[in-house]
Amino acid sequence: MQRLPAAPVFLERRSYRQRRMMDAIRLLPLVGLLLWLLPTLWATSDGAGVEPVRMSQAIVYVFGVWICLILCAGSLWHYLKDSSENAVDAELGVKAEPK
Amino acid sequence: MASINLLIAVCLTYVAFLFLVAFAAERAAARGRGNWLRSPLVYTLSLSIYCTAWTFYGAVGYAARSGMEFITIYLGPSLVMIGWWWFLRKLVRVGRTQRVTSVADLISSRYGKSNVLAIVVTIMAVIGVTPYIALQLQSVTLSLSIFSDPTGTTDGGINLVSAGFWVALGLALFTVLFGTRNLNVNERHNGIVIAIAVEAVVKLVALLAVGIFVVWGVAGGISEMMVRIDNSDIGQWQVDGSRWTALTVLSGAAFLCLPRMFQVLVVENDDERHLHIASWAFPIYLMMMSLFVVPIAVVGLDLLPENSNPDLFVLTVPLSQGQGGLAILSFLGGFSSATSMVIVATLALSTMVSNHVVMPIWLSFQGQGATVSGDVRNVVIFARRVSILVIIALGYLYYRVSGGSGALAAIGLISFIGVAQFLPAMIGGIFWRGATRVGALTGLLVGFAIWIYTSLLPSFGADVVLSSTLLEQGPFGIEWLRPQALFGIKGIDPTVHAVLWSLLLNTSGFIFGSLVSFPKPLERLQGAQFVNVFANSGHAYGWSGSAAQSEDLMVMAQRILGGAEAQKLFRREAQIQGHDRYLPEPTPDFLQRVEREMSASVGAATAHAMISQLVGGASVSVQDLMAVADESAQMLEYSNQLEAKSSELLDAARQLRDVNAKLTQISVQKDAFLSQISHELRTPMTSIRSFSEILRDGHELKASEQTKYASIIHVEAIRLTRLLDDLLDLSVLENGQVSLNTETGSLADVIGHAVTTTQAGAIKQIKIDVSGLDTSIELDTDLDRLAQVFINLISNAQKYCKSSEPKLLIKATKTDNEVCIFLTDNGLPIPVETHALIFEKFSRINDQDGSGAGLGLTICREIMIRLGGEIDYVPASTGNRFVLRLPA
Repeated sequence: MQRLPAAPVFLERRSYRQRRMMDAIRLLPLVGLLLWLLPTLWATSDGAGVEPVRMSQAIVYVFGVWICLILCAGSLWHYLKDSSENAVDAELGVKAEPK
Repeated sequence: MASINLLIAVCLTYVAFLFLVAFAAERAAARGRGNWLRSPLVYTLSLSIYCTAWTFYGAVGYAARSGMEFITIYLGPSLVMIGWWWFLRKLVRVGRTQRVTSVADLISSRYGKSNVLAIVVTIMAVIGVTPYIALQLQSVTLSLSIFSDPTGTTDGGINLVSAGFWVALGLALFTVLFGTRNLNVNERHNGIVIAIAVEAVVKLVALLAVGIFVVWGVAGGISEMMVRIDNSDIGQWQVDGSRWTALTVLSGAAFLCLPRMFQVLVVENDDERHLHIASWAFPIYLMMMSLFVVPIAVVGLDLLPENSNPDLFVLTVPLSQGQGGLAILSFLGGFSSATSMVIVATLALSTMVSNHVVMPIWLSFQGQGATVSGDVRNVVIFARRVSILVIIALGYLYYRVSGGSGALAAIGLISFIGVAQFLPAMIGGIFWRGATRVGALTGLLVGFAIWIYTSLLPSFGADVVLSSTLLEQGPFGIEWLRPQALFGIKGIDPTVHAVLWSLLLNTSGFIFGSLVSFPKPLERLQGAQFVNVFANSGHAYGWSGSAAQSEDLMVMAQRILGGAEAQKLFRREAQIQGHDRYLPEPTPDFLQRVEREMSASVGAATAHAMISQLVGGASVSVQDLMAVADESAQMLEYSNQLEAKSSELLDAARQLRDVNAKLTQISVQKDAFLSQISHELRTPMTSIRSFSEILRDGHELKASEQTKYASIIHVEAIRLTRLLDDLLDLSVLENGQVSLNTETGSLADVIGHAVTTTQAGAIKQIKIDVSGLDTSIELDTDLDRLAQVFINLISNAQKYCKSSEPKLLIKATKTDNEVCIFLTDNGLPIPVETHALIFEKFSRINDQDGSGAGLGLTICREIMIRLGGEIDYVPASTGNRFVLRLPA
């Protein structure tokens, strides 16, 4: 098998932090999906004997999640914007696309 | 009240304004001042063509009908954007490196530049988007009609059918004028993108204005609005979980697959960093667009009569409150949404149609293919214009057939399910190298067939295309084939049903087809390039350029790229190739570049076909594949070499360490040697000096004393001379400068000579027994040097053997290739701990009187080494034994 140059096993603190932030970026849509699928479990107006969730609550919840996701995505972008290109490429062991 | 004429005037002014903006943008770009045109903001705003008239009008209607469910259409794309890392990042990179022009181009390019696949995808996209275009027509005509009859209860004063026709015609002209001014898709439509960005702002501002008016102007604040929402018909949570999930997934899929979204996301992308910014900026836009949807719906339900069309609340609510200006702004917002969508969608589709359907057919009709005369550019542009007209005509037809009565959201969803069928082939193509053309084709056709059967045809209503008996009882009365309850599973919502079965069977067909088929070489190469796009941005295959003539290439490129553009390309290439001739050599690299440039204009499959006609034959040969295989073999070899090198380096390092240790040791030895030698020289020198001083100063010395002292000086001088002789001898031996005087002689003679020499004049006689010596042994070596060794050994034994009857036994044996000589005495054995030092310089093991210099055995060893033999010390049971080995 073709062996690629071995990546270092341990990273210095800064690159380590960047990697974890990249993990967070990858995780974020999954968290969003989970939170936005929660409403499928809510009681509806057909539910017998259970008070259905009110529309105003639903709006607050859905838009609240939305704002949180945007804030997270925005701050992660801000954190990684200077280094992301290099770090991403380094992580994947690739050369940058020729401009 | 705004009249229809006023509205038309407003629309025309608005369109003229857009033209101006687009024109100014293209001028600025042409003058090289267009950097701001390609900012992340413009990119994000251009993505907003996702929000069409469906969003602008339909979302409110959707909310009025089904509560919060409308929001799923925006949640899916938000998740896709926030999760850009997973898919969009790779898609955009692939699109940029492969110069992809459309979804069809992407899929065809991935699966071996297959034209069949491109045609299938194009047809599917056209059919899939047709309802969507109809939706835009419907929304614009409805919004026009509302101004003549604000209640929205009747068709109003205008004929909806003819109004639809005029709207369609207007949109078609608008798109033709806007979109087909230049050919190269990868030159990117600066003007259009800017116009879309402006429209994005207009529709957002319009919707926010209506929303703010509704919340603060009508309801009187946020908390009042919330109370009002809770008390309305849609005040309670009534969402069906399966629809909520399916629609979220579906909208995310459609966001990626819609041809117009692909156009702005991938083709018009100028910088991958813009995508990073849009990943959070576009969700903000979507959120703002949907922020006031529920309030507008609730207020509309409250204020307007029972039977008014909820799709038009955005217009009717301001109108009912006497806000004519706001209504016109809102109308402009809706108009913006519709026009931007139609422009980009038809542009994307017309590119696909002209590149993948018209051009291949035209080329094959031309017979000689790429070598015909005439400007292909005109053909391409003409094909695009016709395609635009045809696509909009199809939309109008759908609008007529479906009666223009359906809810906007329902129509939009049908379209979404249709285009979402591209998703398995797209994702599979980018992430799975095993995906093949057969698999993609199977999946697409299966998914598309199910979409038509379960979603598109039933959407026309019972008895229009499908009879109501078929809808209820299935074809030929086969229950489990009913369009909205496949496989006998009843009770699923029709949309969820269509999404579930079409995507499930599509994916299954795709995977199964890929597993059982075998890809062609080009497919495998393209597959590797797509999947490993981050690892190699290079191009794995090459044309074998010998057959192509630069002149032919030039002619062809000029016809597709345009004269100036092609000449620039060729001149630049000639410069790169390093000769000033006008035409560059048709190297594989250059052919590839030309193909890429052309594919930006006519699509990958067509460009590939045209080049291959010139070059002759398939571009991928066994040799190319071997080259690719070679490449990996080379990498493997390279890594092996690296490994070997690194172990070599380790070896070298170890050797260096050893050498270094030796050097250190030698340096220590040298120091020791120097100090010893100084000591050795000093001892005789000291006595010579003292006695010569006595002789000089002692005038009253007796003659006997003088003689005694002089003889001491003499003895010491001799000792000094001997020491220096020995040192000199040793140094000559050690440096290998000794010249051997090889002669043949008997070993017994040599030993006899040595014995005679040592016995002569010796005070202490040792009994030497040479009886065991084989006299027949002949040697071919430097006999004098060998004798020196024996003399040394015998005199050592003579000096140091402390036995009462000193005895030395000399024996010799001869084997095939060596002669062994043993000299054994019966003296005290040398202590074990000093064995290692016997042959070292200045080591005087048993020399208590200090008469020897300690160099004798060292010299012996050096001589033996020079003679090609060796000398060893072996402790014997009753004394000491030296073993000499010599080559026979």
